Amino acid sequence: MIKPQDLKLTGYRRPDGRFGTRNHVLIIPVDDISNAAAEGVARLIKGTMVLSHPYGRLQFGEDLELTFRTLAGQGRSPNCAAAVVIGIEPNWTDRIVKEIAKTGKPAAGFSIERAGDLKTIEAASRKAKEFVQYATELPREPFTVKQLTMSTKCGESDTTSGLAANPTVGRVFERLADAGATLIFGETTEVTGGEDIIMEKCVTPEIAAQFKAAFDDYQNLIESQGVSLMGSQPTEGNIRGGLTTIEEKALGNIQKAGRCKIVDFLKPAEEPHKPGLSFMDSSSAAAEMVTLCAAAGSVVHYFPTGQGNVIGNPVIPVIKLSGNPLTVATMSEHIDVDLTGLLRVEINLDQAADLALQVLEHTINGRFSAAEALRHDEFVLTKLYRSA
Amino acid sequence: MKHGILMHEPTDDVGVAVRDLKNGEEVGAVTLEGQPVGTVKMVNDVPLGHKVAMKDIAAGKDVIKYNRVIGAASQAAPRGSHVHTHNLKTKRWKV
Repeated sequence: MIKPQDLKLTGYRRPDGRFGTRNHVLIIPVDDISNAAAEGVARLIKGTMVLSHPYGRLQFGEDLELTFRTLAGQGRSPNCAAAVVIGIEPNWTDRIVKEIAKTGKPAAGFSIERAGDLKTIEAASRKAKEFVQYATELPREPFTVKQLTMSTKCGESDTTSGLAANPTVGRVFERLADAGATLIFGETTEVTGGEDIIMEKCVTPEIAAQFKAAFDDYQNLIESQGVSLMGSQPTEGNIRGGLTTIEEKALGNIQKAGRCKIVDFLKPAEEPHKPGLSFMDSSSAAAEMVTLCAAAGSVVHYFPTGQGNVIGNPVIPVIKLSGNPLTVATMSEHIDVDLTGLLRVEINLDQAADLALQVLEHTINGRFSAAEALRHDEFVLTKLYRSA
Repeated sequence: MKHGILMHEPTDDVGVAVRDLKNGEEVGAVTLEGQPVGTVKMVNDVPLGHKVAMKDIAAGKDVIKYNRVIGAASQAAPRGSHVHTHNLKTKRWKV
């Protein structure tokens, strides 16, 4: 049995002491109208990556705070070496730059008004070139599992998810939690029917109450709209794969937590405060959830799938695990960890966890996951409500 | 692979087809640990990943998987039949 302490992990040490598995120079647009300039910089300077998105204007309140936290979080991520932020005007741009700079890493902001796209692209490109030369000189260094922050969220689940891929992640997470790693999971509506299990896992009544408040809040939102999640949860893909009810889906989903206790409750995109498994209030939409995990400082992600969700993320490597023999046969280019042996009862969960840990080690050390190689770099902001 | 059905708990009402199962077939069920849970004669085709009733489930009864309630039977589901959206409904999110 592979112990996480025995994994040989290497990564990029950031000035705040955290370790990244990747070494991106990010070009972050503050708002939709700055995508063009940000993309201009990314086209000019080799080794940069732009995180284009459709929001950032006339948002307010908690929705705006979440957008700031998510955008700044990509720059703060240990997988980011340095960041260039481009916005239409300087104030919101500086807010994000300052949040990133708190980690001690290089960050610079540029605003388009009173300069135009072309002058902005030139100035930002000169800075991006400096940042790329800084980043490409950084070596990989050994780090320990205690310094690892990672996340999980499943997608296009089916009954095999609950039998194979999710409990495999649960078994790995038990070992990682015991070894002192920091772990994130969530999906607030998708534990419907198993919310009592989540509450029992919480180490204090206060954490259980925080989770329940977020859970009830969303259920009330659905009811206030006079609708239900029937038809969305389970999804059509889930139903095609044999999942019938949200309760059944939830019980499969929760397997990802294994026997771990829940040590903390996090707001969306909030960085964890302690080692162990934290529950993050989050959507179950794959790209939204993984983007929030990346913003919270996860440096690698386990994504168990039944029917074959193809999602990836630009900032953190996404590792796909599946136990569905049809998916593994027909979509093999997307699957990193083949767990069909569990359905054949040829391997047990401990052996499955070993397979998942081996792939985790290689991915952390720089081997591309399937989603990375296939250019799946979905970056999706979570919107809490309509803009002004 | 001798078995065609996997069960989370030996006492569950439903198991999961781990290959496409054919009407009339006698299929073995096991737990994830490989413990045999007997055989069941199929009364429908059930595709890979879909659920099979392991006992006669009466209309209106709770349906148990993971040793937990996953919904209620909206129609009777005899042993060996396909259990899915046509005969199993959530107990949450009433429209």
